Amino acid sequence: MHLVLFFIFGGLCVAGALNLLFQRHPINSALSLIVVMSSLAVLYLLLGAEFLAAAQVIVYSGAIMVLFTFVIMLLNAGREERTHGSKAAYAIGIPGAAALFAALTYIFLSNGTHLSSASLGEYLVTTDALSRVLFRDLLLPFEVTSVLILVAVLGAVALARKEN
Amino acid sequence: MVPISYYLVLSAILFSIGVAAFLIKRNIISIFMSIELMLNAVNLSFVAFAHQWHQVSGQIFVFFVMVVAAAEAAVGLAIIIAIFRSRSTLNVDQVDLMKL
Repeated sequence: MHLVLFFIFGGLCVAGALNLLFQRHPINSALSLIVVMSSLAVLYLLLGAEFLAAAQVIVYSGAIMVLFTFVIMLLNAGREERTHGSKAAYAIGIPGAAALFAALTYIFLSNGTHLSSASLGEYLVTTDALSRVLFRDLLLPFEVTSVLILVAVLGAVALARKEN
Repeated sequence: MVPISYYLVLSAILFSIGVAAFLIKRNIISIFMSIELMLNAVNLSFVAFAHQWHQVSGQIFVFFVMVVAAAEAAVGLAIIIAIFRSRSTLNVDQVDLMKL
């Protein structure tokens, strides 16, 4: 059951990411990124992270991607055209990413014997346990991130404002 | 039963696709989206390791990454709007004032 769900939603993730890579219009890339993020939420749920699965749907595929699609439509972004720089990027980018993937996969699979395997419902972090750590041991970092969000909102308004 | 290494390999696949998209894409919004894809790939490996060692701190890390990603998206998109206002292009090849 777990393996089937993993392959369905993992495959959906990879398909969405590849679609993001090969689409030339940014709105298609944005929509396929929403597919990737929503399937990642299901994978989080399989790994017993129920709060993070909900936060992934609300924050990532909800708020952040709405912001992206909003900006794409606001700026009326069209298809990207091929330039001389994109040929060099293809020549370096694809082999570089493939080499990175090969190195990472080799490390993970050669050391994978030390790692255990996950089964469904074996380990579940409830929101209760997560918030106990977050609001007791890590209260100061949590408050600092709220200041960071405030600064980011002010910075975004200041940057996007029309200059007179 | 799914080995944790499967999740790590999936995370590596997503991260590599993100790196490739970051290098190949010419549209500044698409480049920004591939950064988000890389952040998501790293989040998946954090959650997998949190499951492996039964530690909550891995999920706390993901929570903070999400918060910082939200702030980053807001500021980054504002910068993109500012760039589009001053240069009226989204192609990174034409935003090369600081290039040699």
